[in-house]
Amino acid sequence: MNSNDSLMAYVLRLADNALILGQRLVELVAAYPELEEELANANFALDYLGQARMYYTYAGELEGMGRSEDDLAFLRDENEYRNFLLLEQPNGHFGDSIAKLVLFESFYLLQLEALVHCSDTRVAEIAARAEKEIRYHLRHNTQWLVRLGDGTEESHDRAQASVDALWRFTGELFAPDEVDNVFEAEFEGPDLFRIREQWQKNVAAVLQEATLEMPEEQWMVSGGKEGQHTEHLGFMIAEMQYLQRVHPEATW
Amino acid sequence: MSKKEWPLYEVFIRSKSGLSHRHAGSIHAADDQMALDHARDTYTRRSEGVSIWVVRSSQIVASDPAETAAFFEPAEDKIYRHPTFYEIPEGVENL
Repeated sequence: MNSNDSLMAYVLRLADNALILGQRLVELVAAYPELEEELANANFALDYLGQARMYYTYAGELEGMGRSEDDLAFLRDENEYRNFLLLEQPNGHFGDSIAKLVLFESFYLLQLEALVHCSDTRVAEIAARAEKEIRYHLRHNTQWLVRLGDGTEESHDRAQASVDALWRFTGELFAPDEVDNVFEAEFEGPDLFRIREQWQKNVAAVLQEATLEMPEEQWMVSGGKEGQHTEHLGFMIAEMQYLQRVHPEATW
Repeated sequence: MSKKEWPLYEVFIRSKSGLSHRHAGSIHAADDQMALDHARDTYTRRSEGVSIWVVRSSQIVASDPAETAAFFEPAEDKIYRHPTFYEIPEGVENL
């Protein structure tokens, strides 16, 4: 894999992560019990969609086949998506969503902090903007996990169950493959081993504050980065892509 | 299911450095930190502010509308308290 292909693949993963998580947050729009949290969630969804657009546009340019951000977002099939399995998991209840966001954003913020210093200017610029957004998301969502964990007996037990259920999807975040390795070596990209150490420290601190137990080491599911997804992604993108598939090139 | 309302907070936003905080509205939140987040998400989405204060509405001591006469009317006939006899120097904004 030459370095341009590898860069394109890396940026596409960032794009797919942002789009798929953004779409999951979009599914929660108009479902919040409090107006203020509703607004916060919609803001977060838009932040992710905005990031996805920047990544997709760049990925399309790198590919050089004339594919636009919309082509990449709406006209690829399930097995062409390269997002983490964690992000396509259904929203579940509020605690599930919050646990998913805290686990992922604890990783994504560290990834962005490293990307700001990578040698590819475009990626570094997008990361600089995204980092500010995600720092705020993580702050907000961390507070919620602490409130739930350290809240009532029921909220504690449910938050613990959410963290336990999602834990097996976190291994994939730190398992480097060729794309990660080339990006690290040739573009001064993130060192996933160091990020993993820092992530474990940060997440352990949050869980402790939330009076939750850190799950034990266990078998981890992976495959998202290679396009092998759980059964949830297909349904999700079927809904997301419906309009573009039925009315190609529709605009408004 | 019975729903307990979160406490009400008043939100004050400073739109830029040098100006004072202005009342922007109110929000509901379960605690102080959440109130700050909600104020940020509700009132500063379009770059309206550089600083936010939130305070529990129940903590605000307000004047009594029934006492408006005693409170405010005595000032009305004392125009010499207004700085209208000065000319404002050029370049002074936001006075």
